[in-house]
Amino acid sequence: MLQFFVRRLIVALLVAATVMTLAFVLTRLSGDLAISIAGPNATQADVEAVRKAYGLDRPLIVQFFDWVRRAVTGDLGESYFFKTPVSSLIAERMPVTLTLGLTGLVIALVVSLPLGILAAVRENTTFDRAVQVVALLGQAMPSFWLGLLLMITFGLQLGWLPISGTGSWEHYVMPGIVLAFSAIPALTRLTRAGMIQAMGSDYIRTARAKGLSRASILLKHALRNAAIPVVAIAAVQLGFMLGGSIVIEQVFALHGVGFLAWESIGKNDFPVVQAVVLVLAVIYVALTMLADLMNAVLDPRLRSS
Amino acid sequence: MSVTTARARTRRGWRSASTWFGAVIVAIAAVCAIFAPLLMPHDPFAQDLGKRLLVPFWMEGSNPAHLLGTDQLGRDYLSRLIYGCRISMLIGVTVSVVSGLIGITLGVLGGFLGGRADDAVLFAITTRLSIPVVLVALAVVGLLGSSMTLLVATLGLLLWDRFAVVARSTTMQVRNLDFVAAAWCAGCSRFRILAFEVLPNIASHLVVVATLEIALAILLEAALSFLGLGVPPPLPSWGLMIAEAKDYMFFSPWVIVIPGVALFVLVLGINLLGDGLRDTFGARSDS
Repeated sequence: MLQFFVRRLIVALLVAATVMTLAFVLTRLSGDLAISIAGPNATQADVEAVRKAYGLDRPLIVQFFDWVRRAVTGDLGESYFFKTPVSSLIAERMPVTLTLGLTGLVIALVVSLPLGILAAVRENTTFDRAVQVVALLGQAMPSFWLGLLLMITFGLQLGWLPISGTGSWEHYVMPGIVLAFSAIPALTRLTRAGMIQAMGSDYIRTARAKGLSRASILLKHALRNAAIPVVAIAAVQLGFMLGGSIVIEQVFALHGVGFLAWESIGKNDFPVVQAVVLVLAVIYVALTMLADLMNAVLDPRLRSS
Repeated sequence: MSVTTARARTRRGWRSASTWFGAVIVAIAAVCAIFAPLLMPHDPFAQDLGKRLLVPFWMEGSNPAHLLGTDQLGRDYLSRLIYGCRISMLIGVTVSVVSGLIGITLGVLGGFLGGRADDAVLFAITTRLSIPVVLVALAVVGLLGSSMTLLVATLGLLLWDRFAVVARSTTMQVRNLDFVAAAWCAGCSRFRILAFEVLPNIASHLVVVATLEIALAILLEAALSFLGLGVPPPLPSWGLMIAEAKDYMFFSPWVIVIPGVALFVLVLGINLLGDGLRDTFGARSDS
């Protein structure tokens, strides 16, 4: 078990290191950073001054290792625009994004798990087909459009929910639903497929022969095995939701990490953009590791891989 | 226990109604994309401030010259919709091709060569999955300015993971089959085996992935354009049309409903077609 964990950890660290490099390269794609920061009206002297002030005159390798060294200790640089440490900016906005992501995941699970299980139990009936159709519709729905439609209907015409900002749990309902929409198709399909496969297996036949109740078979035996890929996908979906929240946060004016990144791109605030890419990637890597660990706990067969 | 009787087994693949529905939608979209200049009733870029925000034909007070009304600058909505279809299809297909080239190469090499090469490919896929795609795409376009070429290149470089995963797993399955061993014994070079034995046999799975990736690319481009960092205006990308209409959506909701429905229907059609292809080819190995 420990060997499994250590191996996964090493891969995770390597991935984080690669993403760190990519994030660094990303912000330097536009060429001379000093010119972008100094602005269009700057003179040559201004640009030189900016270059010195931000340490952009050092060789790229030096800049890179400086960034790595500081990032590892938690210092993600200082925002050009806000003049505050990037890490505190991210820490401020993270709760909003996390709440949004978790709300989306919970809604997605609450909808897709029962639907998937029921569809599997009633395989090939009208209900099953209906569930698959719903999954297809969810996959085709552009999230920002759904957000706007919900805003018009529930926010304006019916006046049930607030349409922007944060403040109470009600502010997260519509954004959470929109986020959930993107995860429900995959989760439902996976739960359904996993349950169908599990229920066709020998140990379930044994359980039935033993005379166990339908519910007990479904929930205690079949679900536990079907849950394995679902757990992995749920963690992955949460990672995607956190990474993809930028669109929803913009639509609903939620001041989370995605919104921060969006603003920073517009303002050429490179340290923030760099740092947010890194933070989101690290969170995703951590989530997949967590999913692998949970799977290893649930299914002993996976522990030796 | 699921024993499927002939009655319970639903019609799948090319016999299914939903697949035909999807195929029809994709065909209509392709026609719109290719023949856009012939189909558009007006110039999609021609502004007419005297005719702003005309209502579509199903509402009172509509102008028969503008079947779907006009937008806030007086541009004909139907024409912009048709031209937007061309843009969406163009981006979808080119991104799918670019990401396909990258992903299939990586996946086939990793699956066929195994060992260190495979480890490297798996590592690349894991790293790619950790990258927040929308954010990176936005950052690239935001920093380098928006243009169609840059957009296609960026999305192509970011969306190859499903190709790689499917190419890799199918290659690994095919690699162990007898005819590959026979070709190897006959003295075929690795390249010949890959080109003439492996690729033709995994092609059907890859076509399915390519179809679904077109849909994904279209959705992603719409989201980027919605945020203003996708297709450069005044090109009428549907996402951009929705963004421009946002300011008027409370008074004239059809301006965001129409392009949104178009997007939704097109992506749905592509997905239905892709699923139908998957069922026709029997390629249930990818989820």
